[in-house]
Amino acid sequence: MNAKQMDRLATLFFYLVAILIVCTLIGLLGFILFKGISYISWDFLTEAPGSYILGEVGGIAPMLFNSFYLLILTMIITLPIGIGGGIYMAEYAKPTRFTKFLRLCMEVMSSLPSIIIGLFGLLLLVQYTGWGYTLAGGALALTIFNLPLMVRVVEQAITAVPKDQKEASLALGITHWQTITKIMLPVALPGIVTGTILAAGRIFGEAAALLFTAGMSSPNLDFTNWDPTAVSSPLNPFRPAATLSVYIWKVNSDSLSTQTAAIVSGGSAFILICVVLLFTIFARLLGKYIYRRLTSS
Amino acid sequence: MKERGNTSLAEKLQTPARRIFWTEWRGRSITYVSVWIVILILLSLLWFITSKGLQPFLNGEITLSQFFSTNWSPQDNKFGSLYIMLGSFMVTIGATLISAPLGISAAIFMTEIAPKWGKKVLQPATEILVGIPSVVYGFIGLTLLVPFIGKLIGGIGFGLLSGILVLSIMILPTIISISVDAIEAVPQKYREGSYALGATRWQTIWKIVLKTALPGLMTAVVLGMARAFGEALAVQMVIGNVPNAPFHFFISIHTLTSMITQNMGNTVPGETFNQILWSMALVLLLMTLVFILVIRLITRRRDVS
Repeated sequence: MNAKQMDRLATLFFYLVAILIVCTLIGLLGFILFKGISYISWDFLTEAPGSYILGEVGGIAPMLFNSFYLLILTMIITLPIGIGGGIYMAEYAKPTRFTKFLRLCMEVMSSLPSIIIGLFGLLLLVQYTGWGYTLAGGALALTIFNLPLMVRVVEQAITAVPKDQKEASLALGITHWQTITKIMLPVALPGIVTGTILAAGRIFGEAAALLFTAGMSSPNLDFTNWDPTAVSSPLNPFRPAATLSVYIWKVNSDSLSTQTAAIVSGGSAFILICVVLLFTIFARLLGKYIYRRLTSS
Repeated sequence: MKERGNTSLAEKLQTPARRIFWTEWRGRSITYVSVWIVILILLSLLWFITSKGLQPFLNGEITLSQFFSTNWSPQDNKFGSLYIMLGSFMVTIGATLISAPLGISAAIFMTEIAPKWGKKVLQPATEILVGIPSVVYGFIGLTLLVPFIGKLIGGIGFGLLSGILVLSIMILPTIISISVDAIEAVPQKYREGSYALGATRWQTIWKIVLKTALPGLMTAVVLGMARAFGEALAVQMVIGNVPNAPFHFFISIHTLTSMITQNMGNTVPGETFNQILWSMALVLLLMTLVFILVIRLITRRRDVS
């Protein structure tokens, strides 16, 4: 075979690989979306879960609520620390040994398996504090899971701010910190927002870090009781809370009736994928929109 | 401080400066504290998992040679976990063998063969693949892959092969995106030089681009392996969860993560079984550190050359 034929053959191979990957993705999404949509009904979204072991399908309302609530709690904790850390990495970190150590820490933390984070949460936030399985514990575990990503997002967004703007601000006699908060952060905002929403999608689907921190069950929730200290209140951060993805896992690992498990988890997976896809699309669109507004004006 | 009334001009001018100095200091401290929070979390995580994982050895409940043996029967207090660790390695290696060539090929496609098509279709596709939660992969594996393999081969379909296939899809986007970065970092003039010498596109890719991007590609593969090794739920759902010797594609096996996931909630804290699970977590953590060390070694070599 001569070089030209070899070249054509290789090109063909690369095209096949690309097509294979795209087909796999379409197959996976198609399977979840087309199979799942038939299980979705108003009742499925708004009712409490049935005892699936007995073959009752029930709904996913508490899990759906828990997933979003946990996401919000996690973001409330993560955002300030993440932005602070990102600013430090982008602006204050000098090439010292401490910075090197810091980068190593970030690298290690971002590649920790999420089950390890879950186990650390179990040890510290469940057993040591004596809280038991709680939303608060889950949110803190997810914070550990999310922090390195958040720091990187903020750091990259700030580093991407044009140098002229920073220098112009400093030349006007504005101090470093004021330059960061008044000039650089607003410019970096689109990047931070996009990165945060993408991270939110990741948190929304995470399960392994939550199994042993937020727990695998939810108490009976009373959606009319909004007092955060009440036991049955959905807002109470010190109650156990299974999220949607934990519920999918739980149903599949417990259920004897595979038919019910398939319906419950098929429907839940549909919702999960839809939310994650919406987050991804939303992040892209928002990023593009803000970028266009900033550049065209 | 003097009274407000008779301060000199110099002092008046200094007062706002002092306030700014204070804001400056406060801002800097906030960021410094955030960074230290991250460091402290990581150090305490390492400390807690390590001390908890070492406990059964320090208490004399199990020796290292017993732990690294193949004799697993919890009812007789035998916790030889070698097959379980090997299970983790087997699924990781299997998934990497599938995903590394595919992922690097896809990266080449996106950068060298059809950048336009690649950016428009393949890049969003990888982003969506990253976003799919691991339980959903596990669920698809459980309802689609496992019955299919069962029908094709006979038997129940759970086992090493199912685990490998599910993981290979999960680590694909990691490998693709880092490989793309590595290949894009190859200077354009290398390619032009190669074409100018009359090389075909394939020769350029094979002899120039891949060779130059090799450290980056290796990083991509190792990061993919780290992800595969630590993945818990998706693997647990399709692997079968029986601690058999992991040398056969179609029988149920266990991995470190599947063992921990399945049994951490079902064992009582303090009993030996539960403590052994923490030792397995320690092994998992140490392997993660090894993967990071390998990546550091690879990238250091690049920095020198």
